[in-house]
Amino acid sequence: MDDLDRRLLNIIQSDFPIVSRPYAALGEALGVSEDEAFARTKKLVESGVIRRIGPAFDTRKLGHSSVLVAAKVPTDRLAEVAEIVSSFPQVTHNYGRDHEYNLWFTLICRDESEIESLVSRIRTETGVSDMHILPAERLFKLRVEFEF
Amino acid sequence: MDENRIGIVRAIQGGLPLTKTPFAEIAEKAGVAEDDLLRRIRAWKDDGTIRRFGAILRHREAGYSVNAMGVWNVPPERIEDFAREAASCEAVSHCYQRPRFAGFPYNLYTMIHGKSREECELAARDISGRTGITDYELLFTTEEFKKSPPVYFAEETE
Repeated sequence: MDDLDRRLLNIIQSDFPIVSRPYAALGEALGVSEDEAFARTKKLVESGVIRRIGPAFDTRKLGHSSVLVAAKVPTDRLAEVAEIVSSFPQVTHNYGRDHEYNLWFTLICRDESEIESLVSRIRTETGVSDMHILPAERLFKLRVEFEF
Repeated sequence: MDENRIGIVRAIQGGLPLTKTPFAEIAEKAGVAEDDLLRRIRAWKDDGTIRRFGAILRHREAGYSVNAMGVWNVPPERIEDFAREAASCEAVSHCYQRPRFAGFPYNLYTMIHGKSREECELAARDISGRTGITDYELLFTTEEFKKSPPVYFAEETE
């Protein structure tokens, strides 16, 4: 990763140009051609630095609800249970953690009433009953950009 | 939200295609004119429906290889102060208040990123030192089982 890559990343993390030819606009901001800006971006996607380029919607403004769920899973069943949990399309993040509550996942539902029933289904299908639904009561910070 | 807008959310939530004219392709998928799509996205950015439009990075490849969920037991009257201090910490990306549950007395959650386990521990000790909140734990990520863009207005398959 060279200086141009770093400048590119610093811009496109927060401010991807919302225009018909975004890479032409990016090239202009960076002082390179559209082809160069596009090729650099493509390389960063293909090498796995960039996961995807797109919108981060405000879940609540779209009328959806999201919660974090903590689960206590027998250690020898963690991978198997995690796979079942991940198979639900409403589950967006699912992490193993080094704690007695060793599986933590987030899910997004179209309305709040769906959350309880979805978690009940997950309890039934996994056989794991020790699960806690943890809605965000307040959000103090949300930042996903990194400085390069 | 009307069907047109739901169509746009569905078409774009998985991310842009890697082409020089990505919005034209999204517009076609959503069945709207490209100009209308661009206007709609800009309006959503302005009113906060879209918090951010850009590249989402893989932390590991970007050099932030370790992350820990820091959970803190903070008395109600100290929550504001704690959150301000924690949020000002560069290593902290997210800070939420969540309900406690039996056997888990923590009510503040901070996602802490670092280049090593020690860096995360140091950041947590720093927050603890500055806030005086000493009852906390760091839950390090052992495995990433899933990380995918959220699906809004999912079309039911059942």
